[in-house]
Amino acid sequence: MSTLATAPRSTSRWTRGWSGRRRWPLVSSLGGAIAAALVLLPLIFLVVEAQQSGWGEVERLLLRHTVAVLLWNTVRLTLACTALCALLGVGAAWCVERTDLPARRAWAVALVLPLGVPDFVVGYGWVSLEPSLHGYLAAVMIMTLSLYPLVYLPVAAALANVDGSLEEAARSLGLGPWRTFWRVTLRQISPAVLGGCLLVTLGLLAEYGAFEIVQYETFTVAIFTEFKLGFDTVAACALSLVLVALSVAALGGEFALASRGRSWRPGPGARRVAARVGLGRRRVGAMLALGAIVGLALGVPLGSLAYWMARGSSTTLPSASILSALTHTVAYSAAAAAIATALAVPVSTLAIRHRNRFTLLIERLAYLPMALPGLVIALGLVAFSVRYALALYQSAFELIVAYAILFLPLAVVGVRSALAQAPPRLEEVGRSLGRRPAAVWCRVTLPLIAPGIAAAFALVFISSTTELTATLLLRPTGVNTLATQFWAYTSDFSYGAAAPYAALMVAISAVPAYLLTRRMATVARIGAPQ
Amino acid sequence: MRGRLHPLLPSLALTAGLLLSGCGASSHAADEITLYNGQHEQTTAALVSAFERESAIHVNVRSADEATLGNQILQEGSNSPADVFYSENTPVLEALREKGLLAPVAPSTLAAVPSRYSSAQGDWVGVSARVSVLVYNSSELQPSQLPGSLLELSQARWRGKLGFAPSETDFQPLITAIVKLDGTAAAERWLKGMQANGTVYPDNETVVAQVNNGESALGPINHYYWFRLQAELGASAMHSALHYYAPGDPGDLIDVSGAAVLRSSGNQAAAQRFLAFLVSRMGQETIARSHSYEYPLRPGVSPAAGLRPFADLHPAALTPAELGDGSAALSLEQKLGLL
Repeated sequence: MSTLATAPRSTSRWTRGWSGRRRWPLVSSLGGAIAAALVLLPLIFLVVEAQQSGWGEVERLLLRHTVAVLLWNTVRLTLACTALCALLGVGAAWCVERTDLPARRAWAVALVLPLGVPDFVVGYGWVSLEPSLHGYLAAVMIMTLSLYPLVYLPVAAALANVDGSLEEAARSLGLGPWRTFWRVTLRQISPAVLGGCLLVTLGLLAEYGAFEIVQYETFTVAIFTEFKLGFDTVAACALSLVLVALSVAALGGEFALASRGRSWRPGPGARRVAARVGLGRRRVGAMLALGAIVGLALGVPLGSLAYWMARGSSTTLPSASILSALTHTVAYSAAAAAIATALAVPVSTLAIRHRNRFTLLIERLAYLPMALPGLVIALGLVAFSVRYALALYQSAFELIVAYAILFLPLAVVGVRSALAQAPPRLEEVGRSLGRRPAAVWCRVTLPLIAPGIAAAFALVFISSTTELTATLLLRPTGVNTLATQFWAYTSDFSYGAAAPYAALMVAISAVPAYLLTRRMATVARIGAPQ
Repeated sequence: MRGRLHPLLPSLALTAGLLLSGCGASSHAADEITLYNGQHEQTTAALVSAFERESAIHVNVRSADEATLGNQILQEGSNSPADVFYSENTPVLEALREKGLLAPVAPSTLAAVPSRYSSAQGDWVGVSARVSVLVYNSSELQPSQLPGSLLELSQARWRGKLGFAPSETDFQPLITAIVKLDGTAAAERWLKGMQANGTVYPDNETVVAQVNNGESALGPINHYYWFRLQAELGASAMHSALHYYAPGDPGDLIDVSGAAVLRSSGNQAAAQRFLAFLVSRMGQETIARSHSYEYPLRPGVSPAAGLRPFADLHPAALTPAELGDGSAALSLEQKLGLL
């Protein structure tokens, strides 16, 4: 059975039309160039700042025992969390998308929501539950519980899109259910799994939350020390280059793994919706496992919010300003999600349909913002705009672009994994029927990758709603978002007053999460026997 | 299939709207200033509205933590939209002064508060103050057991009982004070002892909360964190109390909140007027009433009820300006692996 990997080789260069004529993907190239330029902005800032640093200073900061400890902390946290997130994310997505689990849509929403809970609330929830919680294992548990949605969402989208006929063929050839999953299903969703793991890995390299939540010190702590206490941007940027080096290693690793197998669907025909597995008596166990994930990842922080509202003396009815904060948060996050998703489409299209060294470089570049502290990216935008675009400085537009850069990696994973699943042959058929590329894209490609696009949008939207660092630096003067108001109250111990803002962040994260489940309803309708 | 793309459409419309409305940085009118605020937002909001009533000058407030704003101003340089920077601690002001980014403060403004709490060069003015104290869990420790000196915290009897936040801006002044009063070797010994004894927390809010719930027995903080926690939780939920160091001890430090006018400000007159207001009687009374639990620095204005009177504090003879930008303390912490 070599069907999985028999994509026509002709698509690996610039696309040939049915007639064999080479076609330069103009729109995609333009989009890819914009994405690359945006991502390069903070990177250029980083390099320009870092190279002002003398080697002596870098040596003093870098060649210390502490730094070795911090790097080791970062690496072991990253490895353990990535593995666990893969396990939780794929397991949960499989239960929700591929079994007859009851209340699947409710689970689908609840499993995504931990992404919309601010770190501070997570930390507070755990510390009030168990004050002695700190150290490596605590960090692994808590970071896994807040990051597994980065695997869950793209994998769920990919699972919804797998071709059931392959699984049926495997089963009919005598493979058991477990081996079918391992050898057929997992192979089809591997771009989504690897992409999600890449996000978790890169995100953890730049993670500061683990320190704030459970006092687990990672390499980012050294960078923040230079910013916060030394006011030394140069040293902070020099140290950040270490993160770039680590993420290059992660990007290379993921690329090597992903290159081992392509997984688009074989036939020119329509896919079969894959059958759901009857859980039978295992249903209780699955419910308990998912319940435990949601209870720990969502229940603990929401519990502390409820406690704040009930007990905090600063609890009041939120003023009218909460509405303005809500509107700004929704508008900025939705706009950023739209831009990031729109940029992720050309980046992924180039990397998958027009694969060459250059397009792959752009795609790899697009992941880097995930591995840099938000402060570095935001300061890069500050430095650029005060020099070359002062009129845009601290405008809504600049903040939205900042979000789009910060969370472009999330969008790329969502779109890329969907595109990797979509058979290019369908597009070729469309073109052979005389359709223009734009029409083929709208009528053939877009419907095929729609679940991935929706997942990309949701990931960026939810992550933007809780973003604080870039928001504080770049928001228009006088504008508040839910995250900035929440921060202002909590830094003043006014937990009761802060709670409604955090609750709203979680609530608006539920909206895209819920919209994603509408796809499940559609698939169920299509998949039902006529 | 059509329903799936639904969330994209309204957001595209929103983007277009924001693109049209969001551009255009605010231009400076004579009766308008921009304040970069690193001080607690609620206190600043009260000050700003009192100032706007009195002066008819509109204040655009940008709040963030002081280090973020400090880094932002460093990047902005001469293009900074900020006219005034108001920060919770002085090291960030000293760092900006060293880069030549601050304008001299009007002499009459400097004269309103004791000169030892302002910049030695007159580039920033002290506005309010906090005192460095010990918070201890009152069910685990009796006042008689507590150390008179900050230096005693490094003794082995506090092993496993101490909590502290070495990455907080309030912590470096303690190190600097020991360096200035007892020498670098003493500071290094002390830090090693702290490292052996203590749990490292990310911030003072966590220190006070963890001491209050008994996870740590005691820790060095600034007094106002405890008062704010009490205001939020209520007196019945407080299982901790404050302990003041012996007079003149290096731990007995005054930390100052200060404000400065940026050299790049195109509206120096209005900016100076705001600084003058901060140290005026009305400004200082606003701070005393704002539940920030800071000491107003202007003589004759009393702090919030419950605070030990400012005159009864006997701090070490070090001025905030002498404590500098904290870089020596930072290097020491980095050398020992505390940061």
